[in-house]
Amino acid sequence: MEEKPSPHQELLPRLFRLEYAKMTAVLCRHFGLQHIETAEDIVSDTFLKAAEHWSRSGAPPNPTAWLYTVAKNHARDHFKRHSLFETQIKPALGVDGLETAPEVDFTEQTITDSQLAMIFAVCNPANSTEAQICLALQVLCGFSVEEIAGAFLSKTETIKKRLARARANLRNDRSGIWPLQAAAIQSRLDTVLRTIYLLFNEGYASRSAHHLIRKDFCSEAMRLALFLTENPLTGTPKANALLALICYQSSRLEAREDDAGDAVLFEQQDKSRWSKELIEKGNFYLVEACSANEISKYHLEAAIAYWHTTPTDHDKWKHILQLYNQLVILEYSPITALNRTFAFAKVHGNHQAIPEAEKLGLSHLNYYHSLLGFLYTGISTAKAIRHYQKAIALTRPAAEKRTLAKEIERLRAQP
Amino acid sequence: MRDFLLIFRNSDTSHPAPTPEQMQERMNWMAGIAAQNKLADKGNRLSGSIAKTVRPDDVVTDGPYTEIKEFILGYVIVKTDTIEEAVDIAKKNPILKMGGNIEVRAILTPEEKG
Repeated sequence: MEEKPSPHQELLPRLFRLEYAKMTAVLCRHFGLQHIETAEDIVSDTFLKAAEHWSRSGAPPNPTAWLYTVAKNHARDHFKRHSLFETQIKPALGVDGLETAPEVDFTEQTITDSQLAMIFAVCNPANSTEAQICLALQVLCGFSVEEIAGAFLSKTETIKKRLARARANLRNDRSGIWPLQAAAIQSRLDTVLRTIYLLFNEGYASRSAHHLIRKDFCSEAMRLALFLTENPLTGTPKANALLALICYQSSRLEAREDDAGDAVLFEQQDKSRWSKELIEKGNFYLVEACSANEISKYHLEAAIAYWHTTPTDHDKWKHILQLYNQLVILEYSPITALNRTFAFAKVHGNHQAIPEAEKLGLSHLNYYHSLLGFLYTGISTAKAIRHYQKAIALTRPAAEKRTLAKEIERLRAQP
Repeated sequence: MRDFLLIFRNSDTSHPAPTPEQMQERMNWMAGIAAQNKLADKGNRLSGSIAKTVRPDDVVTDGPYTEIKEFILGYVIVKTDTIEEAVDIAKKNPILKMGGNIEVRAILTPEEKG
């Protein structure tokens, strides 16, 4: 046993990421959201005990079951010791005559139900979107405050404050999501989907944060979306469309960066590095999403992402432009407006697209200038370079600056 | 910024269904407004055949109101700084190539006088 390279040292962090959120969710379901900190303490104590115990006598044959048993005992002890159950929880639950706290059960069904309820509790409209995402990352995905701060390029203190406020709202949440009710799910599902969508974008679109954490954000968003699609109450066409979108985008994660960590532009990506498996999954969920006569922005974005996975043919960009037209009419965002103009250029040519781009009034955005740099290429090299220079001035991540600088070099090298 | 209603009119009731190219052109026009974040309401197209006009004394006639041999095809609301800007947007709508016209009207706030 001793000569082996202590397997628990790799096992524990992985289990922590997997089980922390599940165990917290189950304990909260038993004791109520107002005791979330207690639930988290119990889970932390459990992992502490695992670290001590497993380093002495090795990991048990079934580590997960071991954790659940210890958490169960901890919960019982904790509530006995602090008489929290007698003085606060029992009256709140409206139960009398119970000698001890009810047994916490970690069956698969309870874990699933508790996690689903927790997703809906975290996506509380009382919290700002940023706060919801932070809380989701911490409570649902088990990220540390430092990791979250790193991803948002924020100070640890800022994230801590944001989380404290969000947690106060979470504790006071009396919207009756325990037990999960169809009406509460309906009214919050859009917020939940939006939070997952933004969580994914935070991982996928921001090139500023730490590479590995960003990838974890993407896979966590996929896990949560998958979770929603598997439940009959939440597996709506919109949820399926969101999952399809996440699958398509994720299929290109590996191809988007070169060995030096620089961004590889879409058209220069090595398509053999796109994940066929994820593209097929995307196709599956997009078909599921189209089972009803509903078109959301997730449907449109998933459909655009679908077309990006197909080989370039004559009509591909016409379809993409049509979808962007619908998307920008449905919900304006600067990035949609810019992407739509790029698709417009692909269909109608750069000459016609330049006035469309210049009308957008987005000269404070780096992507506006890199788009115009692209559009002026071959029309006016001087203007193209000027726009790329403005784009660089507005860009923070070094890798992205390098990508833009390469475009200027290419323009200057042309006769 | 204020809202302007663009009212689309044409004189031809029996125009054929728009071709895919015409549809695409119309969508491009509207998405171009939306891309500037100036589309307040994408509005609606109005039926020329499922239409009645109601007058005083219980007089109901079939069809849209056509006093001036033109009827309203649809409307869109845009959000611009000036009426001139709204007019510039209207000038690019493909209905003008098909003999139609567009009326641009400021939408009044409750405290404004017409």
